Amino acid sequence: MSIAWYLAVSAIVFCVGAFGVMIRRNPLVVLLCLELMLNGANLALIAFSRMWGNGDGQIFAIVVMTVAACEVCIGLGMIVAIHRRRLPIDVDELRELQG
Amino acid sequence: MSAILFFIAAIGVIAGAMGVVTMRNPFYSVLALVGHLLSLAVLFLLLRAEFVAAAQVVVYAGAVMVLYVFVVAYVGDEQQTLGSGLGRRSRSRGEDGRRPSGVLFAGVLLVELLIAVLGSGLKAVEGSGAPYAPGPHAFGTPAYIGNLLLTRFLLAFEIASLLLLIAAVGGVVLARRRGGLGETEEEEYSPLAIPRPLGTGTMAEGVEGLSPAYALVGGPESEQPSEPDANGGGW
Repeated sequence: MSIAWYLAVSAIVFCVGAFGVMIRRNPLVVLLCLELMLNGANLALIAFSRMWGNGDGQIFAIVVMTVAACEVCIGLGMIVAIHRRRLPIDVDELRELQG
Repeated sequence: MSAILFFIAAIGVIAGAMGVVTMRNPFYSVLALVGHLLSLAVLFLLLRAEFVAAAQVVVYAGAVMVLYVFVVAYVGDEQQTLGSGLGRRSRSRGEDGRRPSGVLFAGVLLVELLIAVLGSGLKAVEGSGAPYAPGPHAFGTPAYIGNLLLTRFLLAFEIASLLLLIAAVGGVVLARRRGGLGETEEEEYSPLAIPRPLGTGTMAEGVEGLSPAYALVGGPESEQPSEPDANGGGW
């Protein structure tokens, strides 16, 4: 398969993730959609890495996975803290960002 | 063969992504994301990224998704559909334009990305990649990735480990139980502190008689259990 097919799939996944980030209100699902966007970027990185026969893109993808794991850790911690304070779990209700 | 596998995996990837966005229950969204990640690992394997595919399955589809499932189970019944994104509360604030604008934004972004990616002048995009020779130290194997990580990208490797440490500490700090909201009055209950009849607290009391400390607290009542003992002796 040519590399272009992989890039097309990565673009589609990225756009689906961006769509989800824009329309969903549950912060858990927003985090999942952020994961989708990061995965689309990862697929493009690895496809380009394969295209040039160079491992740098794969290292970059591993670093992106690390950053995604950190983001999940912090985001889920925030959601648990929000739930503890009995606040609504809804990004529209929480738009004022005050404790 | 690889073309068939590619199309199966690509359909799985896109369907999983759609499922994440459209599922009503966040739990099903997480499960759709697991399917998405497994299909994506197949694509990574087709691109000769064996180590990244394995890390994807183990770290993402394993550990991170378990974390998600736990938090979804903890937070509970926050169900909403794609359509209820335009529910009562948001409609009252006049945010009806969210879904059409989201569709428009994502569609424009997709067209732009496809033009940028597929319409580029790079000739190599049309090919199937650089020449590849399998072997123990070939492109994408753990030996290759480890060699790169510990030589050329050592700084990035160390920064990533420090980032993970900071994130772990931050997650604990964020999710810990805070004082306030009347949650701080947690007395420590010991079984010995509960009011109870004499001689019924511990096995040592039953066997050896009352403890001196309890006799001190109990005062004059502490002599009561000793009376039947004395009577029994005289009986």
